Amino acid sequence: MYEFFANLFGSDIIASFLSGAIPFIFIVPFALFAVWLERKVSAHMQDRLGPMRVGYHGWLQTVADILKLIQKEDITASDTDKKLFNIAPVLVFMGSYAAFAAIPFSSAYIGTGIDLGIIYIVAVSGLVVAGILMAGWASNNKYSLYGAVRSAAQVVSYEIPTVLVILTIVIVVGSLNLTKITEFQTARFWDWMIFGGSVAGVKKLILIPFMLIGFIILYISSLAETNRTPFDIPEAESELVGGYHTEYSGMKFAMFFLAEYANMFAVSAVAATLFFGGYHSPFGYLGNLIGLPWLVPVEQFLWFASKGIFFVFVQMWLRWTLPRLRVDQLMSLCWKYLIPVAFVNFLIVALIMVL
Amino acid sequence: MLKTEQMVLNMGPQHPSTHGVLRLELELDGEIIVNVIPHLGYLHRCFEKHCEAMTYPQIIPYVDRMDYLASMSNELGYAIAVERLLDIKVPERVEYIRVIMAELQRIASHMVAVGTYGIDIGAFTPFLYLFRDRERILTLFEKTCGARLLYNYIWVGGLSHDLPLNFVNETRDFLNDFKKTLVEVNNLLSYNKIFIERTANIGILPLDAAINYGITGANLRASGLKWDLRRNDPYSIYDRFDFEIPVGEGLHGTAGDCWDRYYIRLLEMEQSIRIIEQALEQLPEGDIASAIPKRIKPVEGQLYTRVENPKGELGYFIVSKGQLQPFRVKVRPPSFVNLSVLGELCKGHLIADVIAILGSIDIVLGEVDR
Repeated sequence: MYEFFANLFGSDIIASFLSGAIPFIFIVPFALFAVWLERKVSAHMQDRLGPMRVGYHGWLQTVADILKLIQKEDITASDTDKKLFNIAPVLVFMGSYAAFAAIPFSSAYIGTGIDLGIIYIVAVSGLVVAGILMAGWASNNKYSLYGAVRSAAQVVSYEIPTVLVILTIVIVVGSLNLTKITEFQTARFWDWMIFGGSVAGVKKLILIPFMLIGFIILYISSLAETNRTPFDIPEAESELVGGYHTEYSGMKFAMFFLAEYANMFAVSAVAATLFFGGYHSPFGYLGNLIGLPWLVPVEQFLWFASKGIFFVFVQMWLRWTLPRLRVDQLMSLCWKYLIPVAFVNFLIVALIMVL
Repeated sequence: MLKTEQMVLNMGPQHPSTHGVLRLELELDGEIIVNVIPHLGYLHRCFEKHCEAMTYPQIIPYVDRMDYLASMSNELGYAIAVERLLDIKVPERVEYIRVIMAELQRIASHMVAVGTYGIDIGAFTPFLYLFRDRERILTLFEKTCGARLLYNYIWVGGLSHDLPLNFVNETRDFLNDFKKTLVEVNNLLSYNKIFIERTANIGILPLDAAINYGITGANLRASGLKWDLRRNDPYSIYDRFDFEIPVGEGLHGTAGDCWDRYYIRLLEMEQSIRIIEQALEQLPEGDIASAIPKRIKPVEGQLYTRVENPKGELGYFIVSKGQLQPFRVKVRPPSFVNLSVLGELCKGHLIADVIAILGSIDIVLGEVDR
């Protein structure tokens, strides 16, 4: 995409700016939609209607909320560390936003097709922790501090099983580039990674159970990385009030909120890319059928967005069903169960691929 | 050696999970609780002093405001106390209606306890299922006496209104639907692996400690003692009904842990359903106002009356000097006594467990402070 703009305008700066702005066009409407969806999903699960007043079935409710948040006074408590306090929400949002650069939305669009794609996503997602720690420390509030320290421990721990699962995929595909990983899971859904990818012969069948285990581990850790229930310990409302964003209000709070939903989509998109064929349609494309090749990337984008939103929906489903784990249980789940299982899974897949 | 010190975390009075305006001073070593100091009094309304300036019937609305989640039960206790002072026998129909109301109130109160406990642990949805059904109980109360929370319904010697038309059928419908909700809550919460992990073996209250602290109600029964005033010191007409007294067995941990305290409440709701069904079956006809005295002026004397409230043993100690106003009314509030064990239970647990333990004790600050 960057090359396309660079050729079009002949300027590196404009090209960088434009290709950097494109994910924003997706993230903001998505976050607005996801917040509305979360409210509707929770409402219908709880035998109520949710927002119904603003627009048809309340679809403009989040827009109204954003308008309210923009108008709110920007409160900074007196003994906060002002610099850190103001940077933190930006850094948190930056971490989740930067991840979108390497996510392939369709065969025609990827922010940057770097070969380190998946590792880059893991790395920039780590920035979120720094932002959360800053927010917790700068707030000068004990609840915020607890939330921040818990969050740091949690996200750092859960990155390990995530990376182990990612490495499993990388071994099968032989590339860190997300486009290549997607292309590996070509045309039909039985070529998706969860069904063993387009590996030839008997190996494909043997791989299936291990891919399933890998996906479950990846999904559980992604829940923990986005601080969603049952791992929403950093912002555990009933214990820590608001966790690390207790002291934030107005647009700064909205930044955290936006970052959370952007992050939800990012991890869902990674899960879809690694295991569910990324932007590939499970059944082939309408564009190819009726002879309009330019329609294919659009269809791919729609497939990708639907897969991502489906996993976001599952996250919401879990959130409104399950209780919350305790800090020590969260850690023991990660270190005693997920990491060893992920590691053994990784070794077995490696062995299968070598043999 | 790195120098470390304990941190004091102030939880409440404005906190999502202190169930009202309770303030807990937590001394923490990292996330581990070293000491818990509860601070009370944010909701103190001088109930006992007020009583000395009011006539006996005027006190009833104030009684409502103690445990505002179980107003009917508070009124029942107070009415029985004054009736014993006056030596009044109330009509059969009144007795039955009182039992039906008190047991519906027990269900409603336990619904709040179980539902908010779910929120404390992080599960939001069962709370709304239970509140949806609680709404039906409140509607029944509203149809009966016009109020949804503070009823002023059970009067000395009688009731303010008779039952409305169709009350019996509507109550039966509600009970049948509520049985399904109980199954649902059990599936969503009670037997949920995460929920059990969070509550089993947490905040274990051994039976001897429970007795020493004066714990009563569901919390005492969860520790394993079959002690229910409806059975052990029967009042009203509770000796006519057939019901079980569930006790904590430590199904998923040790007897007297948070899970037991939580689960006892669900079992008690089932028993309340049984009592209401029997009472509706036997409900006699009659006048509800025939025994209401025109002027309440007991002879000199004093007595202590206790009833089994949803939260535990609610006791009224009333001293009469033969005047229109009582000389002294002392209340033994179950929430206040039960809260006293919190510090003991919390020591050595984590912050998240404080919430779990506090929720499992099920206090109402309106009653703790009065």
